[in-house]
Amino acid sequence: MNLIAQLEAEQIAALGKNIPDFRPGDTIRVGYKVTEGTRTRVQAYEGVCIARKGGATISASFTVRKISFGEGVERVFPLYSTNIEAIEVVRRGRVRRAKLYYLRDRRGKSARIVEDTNYKAKA
Amino acid sequence: MRSGTIAKKLGMTRLFLENGTQVPVTVLQLDSLQVVAQRTVEKDGYTAVQLGAGTAKAKNTTAAQRGHFAKANVAPKRKVAEFRVTPDCLIEVGAEITADHYLTGQFVDIAGTSSGKGFAGAMKRHNFGGLRASHGVSVSHRSHGSTGQCQDPGKVFKGKKMAGHMGAVRSTTQNLQVVRTDAERGLLMIKGAVPGHAGGWVTIKDAVKKAAPEGLPIPAAVRAVGGEA
Repeated sequence: MNLIAQLEAEQIAALGKNIPDFRPGDTIRVGYKVTEGTRTRVQAYEGVCIARKGGATISASFTVRKISFGEGVERVFPLYSTNIEAIEVVRRGRVRRAKLYYLRDRRGKSARIVEDTNYKAKA
Repeated sequence: MRSGTIAKKLGMTRLFLENGTQVPVTVLQLDSLQVVAQRTVEKDGYTAVQLGAGTAKAKNTTAAQRGHFAKANVAPKRKVAEFRVTPDCLIEVGAEITADHYLTGQFVDIAGTSSGKGFAGAMKRHNFGGLRASHGVSVSHRSHGSTGQCQDPGKVFKGKKMAGHMGAVRSTTQNLQVVRTDAERGLLMIKGAVPGHAGGWVTIKDAVKKAAPEGLPIPAAVRAVGGEA
């Protein structure tokens, strides 16, 4: 392991974040800290995780897509951001792609993701 | 004026801070950085310290250099550089400088050899605008435009910005902030980018355009010999 990877691993450990096992296709709820003036509150953002990037590095991120007032909205979150209060898996989805960018061209019925009822976490 | 340091660029990463911000940092390593020689007014007419960093194989070091390192009683170094200092900031030969030499939050100037870009066009090399995408422009969308006037002066002036070799020259980035230091491993985390590739050598000096912070180690932060305190 080179020193940069080691430093990143140390920082990930030091941040001590409890990140649940989630994959593209899963519906997740992200609690994101928002600062308004002086007070901070946690804003929930719920949608389908359509991509995860960055693997085991500190710069890992994930993309969450939801339909907000009839308009598709995507947000990219840094996985280890200190602004993320919690990540919660709402529903497991069964998909055959790592990146679900095809959902961008779909609406309604065809944009559904089948629920993975017997989900098994990878070792 | 304190001595600068030689460091090896290891690469970039990011730091997540408690307040929710993230800072892009370049990681630099002070790798067995020792004073190899001193330059004094009596002998050389100016004062400076010569530092060496890294480790070179003895068999790949010339006999002359081996003698030079032997005189200072240090292992052969990969990279040697000299830093002008004021007479009160001379450091004794053989002393090892640690990453504590810099304080967190301090500003530094970092010089190195920038990444080579090869033969680059005028748009990339000099930020020219190029030609139009349409309106009859053919084949030369990224070319520079005119290079001068007509029969008078009848030549292209010297120094005209044109396409050519770009990068791989010494460049200095000023006022970079030290975000974190790690004396044990000899690591410095610098906010932002530093000239050159990972694995390249850079020199770090206190910023010339910012006031030095209080409590800087003078003449230098030196590792105690023989493991004493």
